[in-house]
Amino acid sequence: MSSPAHRVSQLRALEAEAVFVVREVVAELSRPVLLFSGGKDSIALLRVAEKAFAPLPLPFPILHVDTGHNFPEVIEFRDRRIREAGHRLIVATVQRSIDTGRVAEDRPGASRNRLQTVTLLDALEAYGFDAAFGGARRDEERARAKERVFSFRDEFGHWEPRAQRVEPWTLYNARIRRGEHIRVFPLSNWTELDVWRYIETERLELPSIYFAHPRRVIERDGILLAESDWITARDGERVEEAVVRYRTVGDLTVTGAVRSRAGDIPGVMREIAASRVSERGETRADDRVSDAAMEDRKREGYF
Amino acid sequence: MSVRKRELLRLATAGSVDDGKSTLIGRLLVDTRSLLADHLEDVTRNGGGPDLAAITDGLRAEREQGITIDVAYRFFATARRSFILADTPGHERYTRNMFTGASTSDVAVVLVDARTGVVTQTRRHAQISSLLGIRHIVVCVNKMDLVDWDEARFGAVERQARELGERLEIRDLVVIPISALYGDNVATRSPAAPFYDGPSLLEYLEEVDIQAERDLERLRLPIQWVGRAHDDGARLYAGRVAAGTIRVGDPVTLLPAGAATTVSALDTLDPDAAEAVPGLSVTVQVADQLDVGRGDMLVSAHDPPPAARELDCTICWMTEEPLRPGRRYALKHTTRTVRATVQAIHERTSSETLEKELDPAALELNDIGTATLRTSSVVLAEPYARNRVMGAFILIDEHSNDTVGAGIVTRARVVHPKPEGRRDVTWHPSALDRKERWAALRQRGATVLLTGLPASGKSTIAAALERRLVDAGQSAYLLDGDNIRLGLSDDLGFSPGDRAEHIRRVGQVARLFADSGAVAVLSLISPHAADRDDMRRAHQEADLPFIEVYVDTPVQECERRDPKGLYARARAGEIKSFTGVDAPYEPPSCAEVHVRTAQTGIEEAVDEILRQLRR
Repeated sequence: MSSPAHRVSQLRALEAEAVFVVREVVAELSRPVLLFSGGKDSIALLRVAEKAFAPLPLPFPILHVDTGHNFPEVIEFRDRRIREAGHRLIVATVQRSIDTGRVAEDRPGASRNRLQTVTLLDALEAYGFDAAFGGARRDEERARAKERVFSFRDEFGHWEPRAQRVEPWTLYNARIRRGEHIRVFPLSNWTELDVWRYIETERLELPSIYFAHPRRVIERDGILLAESDWITARDGERVEEAVVRYRTVGDLTVTGAVRSRAGDIPGVMREIAASRVSERGETRADDRVSDAAMEDRKREGYF
Repeated sequence: MSVRKRELLRLATAGSVDDGKSTLIGRLLVDTRSLLADHLEDVTRNGGGPDLAAITDGLRAEREQGITIDVAYRFFATARRSFILADTPGHERYTRNMFTGASTSDVAVVLVDARTGVVTQTRRHAQISSLLGIRHIVVCVNKMDLVDWDEARFGAVERQARELGERLEIRDLVVIPISALYGDNVATRSPAAPFYDGPSLLEYLEEVDIQAERDLERLRLPIQWVGRAHDDGARLYAGRVAAGTIRVGDPVTLLPAGAATTVSALDTLDPDAAEAVPGLSVTVQVADQLDVGRGDMLVSAHDPPPAARELDCTICWMTEEPLRPGRRYALKHTTRTVRATVQAIHERTSSETLEKELDPAALELNDIGTATLRTSSVVLAEPYARNRVMGAFILIDEHSNDTVGAGIVTRARVVHPKPEGRRDVTWHPSALDRKERWAALRQRGATVLLTGLPASGKSTIAAALERRLVDAGQSAYLLDGDNIRLGLSDDLGFSPGDRAEHIRRVGQVARLFADSGAVAVLSLISPHAADRDDMRRAHQEADLPFIEVYVDTPVQECERRDPKGLYARARAGEIKSFTGVDAPYEPPSCAEVHVRTAQTGIEEAVDEILRQLRR
């Protein structure tokens, strides 16, 4: 028999599972790190991690891979959020990877999404991290749907989809050799709406760009890009002042805004529930390159 | 009216491309409006409707080959529930993926083509689902449109399905006539089947109660992580409840220590919940000062799980290299990892035919079979049928680090009970350190392992080596496997598990000899690379030289020599599992010395070993 009080809601079940995953990594690996972009998924993930060890401090640092193409609101939020919680923040910049010749930019102002893979792998190696938590979800994209919760990477940081470890039950195998690492995705089984429900339930603060605000934007290939140092109107394009919000946070040069009137979380959730376009399809220009764009980037060691 | 909380249901689908599984999943996603426009656009054929089957094909290789290889997870939701669907391949070559997908599911959806009825693949899927403790199985009789919604045809397939369900003792089996392509009886009931008055698939998935069957009586809380508060030094024990409930004030027992205490604080992650139930992650504190570590377990005082050392189990083998008796693996059960040796394989079910074979030599990739494992230390396991978390384990190859098998406990046995507290034992260094000892004795300890087929010449070389060392004033001792069987190993027989244990003991004795400054010379067939590697590792950890000598003699030559007549007896079937006849020998890949006896004389071989010892 099970009384209503004994029933577990969907959100609590997902949270309990994510907390279990985070603790499993800390128990079995020696140097984990949490990847934090200031986006909603990493904000939810950070809360899950904090709850997993409360009232003790987080037993690992936070790593932000900074493309340099940032929304200032997100960087302000990042610094305040991490400082208030007393976590240790490491910032690895793509600019440094460019300056040291590790990567080359196609042209100034081009998207640095792909470049940040090298910055990330270099940072993991430099600090000797053997596990990196990410906020990726399986509902995001078709290649992600088959990713493990513990996603094993070889010494070059590469992902080989055909050689993934089997992962029955929740008996995660965290064994690695020196130089290898594991990407861990505690929110694997969450959907976009679940992340929003969690943000609402836990009363989490988000960067202001997630809510409707006036912004100067340029419509390019059907995507609303913010006018910035890197994005200016080309011939035939015009800058308009629109009321928009962002659905994801990424490299400013490829992250699109959506027209919106939603000024709070319930408003955003209503709009998402009614939306018929995925967050990546709507707002990420880089996923439009090819049908297998995400799979290719993941193999190279992308987030 | 009570407001019901939104619930999560995990289900697995099984079936091949031909059964229309991908089409069914596509249909569920489309009809619950869970598929977003851009994803839909990706798979929409020019001018036509969506290619439902293409929606779920994730990786490029799969799209190109038109097959589903790996488990993919799909998400859809209705007003009342959210669903996580494990989409698993149907082909027998991917049994391990199907096993993985079903391992976390509450409901299995098994597809049957109305035209062909129940086939081998249907049986395999139903069997794996039942084995994995899935209590609700929905058989969707698909492509009813292709048999003109013929009631008699559906009735015939339904009877086949029910017979199968009875044989597998499935308590809740529902059979629904559907057309995934046109959506009949998938999300909504269809007028096409007036003879069927049950729910549509989606209605069933919304209604089936999976939380009612949880075990709320006996607490099982495997400890995952231990933290210590900086201010007052309080110990915090984190874990996920596998069974039972827990709240402040509950009396609990810590296993395997057996200490009784009381829950003094509890964090359920939800400030409004004072009690935790199965599936929830918690942090607890207890009233007494206890030594608690990862892998220990808090349980209710009545009916505790056994401190088992031997597990009867069903194993799904998931790697190319077969599972054989005598092999040793790391075994992860709840949050505890131990070593396990395969004592025996009892039965093998072929993944292709589902036929059973008794006493098989090995389990191959995708085979499911029954076996007995012996563990290096206690496992707090219970039958899987009673509790999934308490009865599930994985096997990990300690060399490749891969997960190579998944197991389900049918019986957990307590054997050789011995006092706990071994982990409090540490190596006591002698007052005399090794350097000092070796310098005074003017010698250096080491272990030389001669491995090879029976009658390959190991003992002859070993005896010559011992003589040369002793003649030169170095203490050396030939540890003969048979001599050790007369004493230290006199409780062991010749089962594969016992043989592995015997080799382990000889290796440990050799380590002590080497530490004392002697050269331990071992002559052992030791056919498994894993056992030899373990021995090597034990020496490396103790910083002692270890020299592996492969005595390489062709099996025909060994059999010709056969001084004890053992090959002849093995050929006659009098001796079973004889290395070189009906049991394999794994040649070393990186032995320090490789002696090809056809080309190398005994003294020459000894010279080479001595050279290695002097390095």
